[in-house]
Amino acid sequence: MCLDLQALYQEIILDHNRHPSNFKKLDQANYVLEGYNPLCGDKIILYLSLHNNLIQDIGFQGEGCAIFTASASLMTEAVKGKTVEEARKIFKLFHDGMTTSKDNHIPFDKLSVLSNVKKFPMRVKCATLAWHVLKTMIDPVSDDLDK
Amino acid sequence: MEMKPNAIDLVRDDFPILKTSNRNRPLVYFDNAATTQIPSQVIKAMTDYYIYHNANIHRGVYELSERSTLLYEGVRKKVQNFIHAKSDKEIIFVRGTTEAINLVAHSFVRQQLKPGDEIIVSEMEHHSNIVPWQLLCQETGALLRVIPVTNIGELAIDEYEKLLNARTKFVAIMHVSNVLGTINPIKQMITLAHAHHATILIDGAQAIAHLSVNVQDLDADFYVFSGHKMYAPTGIGVLYGKKKCLSKMTPYQGGGDMIEKVSFYALPVFADFPAKFEAGTPNIAGVVGLGAAIDYLMQVDLSLLRAHENKLVDYALSRLINMSYVRLIGQSDTRISIISFVVDRVHAHDVASILDVNGICIRAGHHCAMPLMERFNVPATARVSFSFYNTFSEIDHFLLVLEQIRKMFLCV
Repeated sequence: MCLDLQALYQEIILDHNRHPSNFKKLDQANYVLEGYNPLCGDKIILYLSLHNNLIQDIGFQGEGCAIFTASASLMTEAVKGKTVEEARKIFKLFHDGMTTSKDNHIPFDKLSVLSNVKKFPMRVKCATLAWHVLKTMIDPVSDDLDK
Repeated sequence: MEMKPNAIDLVRDDFPILKTSNRNRPLVYFDNAATTQIPSQVIKAMTDYYIYHNANIHRGVYELSERSTLLYEGVRKKVQNFIHAKSDKEIIFVRGTTEAINLVAHSFVRQQLKPGDEIIVSEMEHHSNIVPWQLLCQETGALLRVIPVTNIGELAIDEYEKLLNARTKFVAIMHVSNVLGTINPIKQMITLAHAHHATILIDGAQAIAHLSVNVQDLDADFYVFSGHKMYAPTGIGVLYGKKKCLSKMTPYQGGGDMIEKVSFYALPVFADFPAKFEAGTPNIAGVVGLGAAIDYLMQVDLSLLRAHENKLVDYALSRLINMSYVRLIGQSDTRISIISFVVDRVHAHDVASILDVNGICIRAGHHCAMPLMERFNVPATARVSFSFYNTFSEIDHFLLVLEQIRKMFLCV
């Protein structure tokens, strides 16, 4: 396998694609939101059990490519048990890591594997879909972290 | 193989892009249904146009403008001959297939529709042959009826016959499916539409480079296609319409070149077609490129090259059918060199990305045919589409990478 390909489909990504974490409907969820990428047809439903500003549980269902599935899976691991403020910080680290042109890695253990997706600009949206759905769910309308 | 060993190499030499790379690997271009590559003859014709003949058409009295006008109108004649139209006046230059369909919807169909009238399309249509009709139905209260697709990816003609009735005003059908590769029995479908006094448009986008088209023999009322799927540049396409249809049509866009007379004290007097539907300065270089592409297709041994295309698709199908983890979407025997497939437990975008890294360009997604994806219950498919400049060894390379993909995703 050539280097580019190894970078894009690291074992950890293939692994999370085969066995995604928190891949479940959350019956007790008090926040549910759907996301869709019309370009490639990736679909996600994200479930949050959010109480006292704490993400007590998180789950997702959907269908899409390996990059999408692994990214959603890694995201649920990263924010589960975190406060909303912490989750927003993680989003910002991830988002900046995915969108800035610098070769910086996402300073977050497992999430760093996703920074290689940057070499494939057409696939960045696959990696960010779940994250944008999460952001919409935990963001107050007036607070735009993109800025 | 009857093919002379070097015939394909010679053709490949005409396409400079085939010597370039994709992700630092030799380019293998299998996305010809999206757009075809351009031979140097077409590139030269367009460069020559800009070097020697560039001027606005139908306007200047000077020689340069005369030359450019002659070039432009000469291509109308070439298109007429290429699709065997009765007159070059029946050839209207547009941006592409999408604009041609929208033009017909706006200028021909709209004025005829009353609430309860019906338009027939099929389940395999491209969005460009669905959405203009949905918009029109929304506006007029007409109804859109849909011919279903069978399990092997063919149109259910018996269902089509049942859909046709006295309220059917218009039928819009693709000649060849951009997803399934299926060649639809359009001659029969045209006859059936006419038997019910309905007008019919054929979307020839996927057919024009692969099949001989004779609009008079087909008796098509409208036949539309794009240049960039037949070795010409993007941004140029053709609307063919029978004279009796074109003469009923209202203007599409207003502007220069489409009028006889403009005054603030009287209604505008429109030019006759084709000028009536070509408002504004057109894509002259694009038209020149289209003409050069037609010349190119006339000059090569097209029957030999098309036979080669058929052998490529037969070969690829025979190999794919034996791969247990590959599911073919569309198994009609009446087809051109387009193959859609899904790989068991691997999303089409992952398939496409891994092929991409190996230099192979394929399309993955819904192919602007979401209703068809729904029909086959898949979110997306991977699609390879061959041209006569593709080779058997390219297909072997592609099959080898498919095998790698399977190993990568399934063998833990």
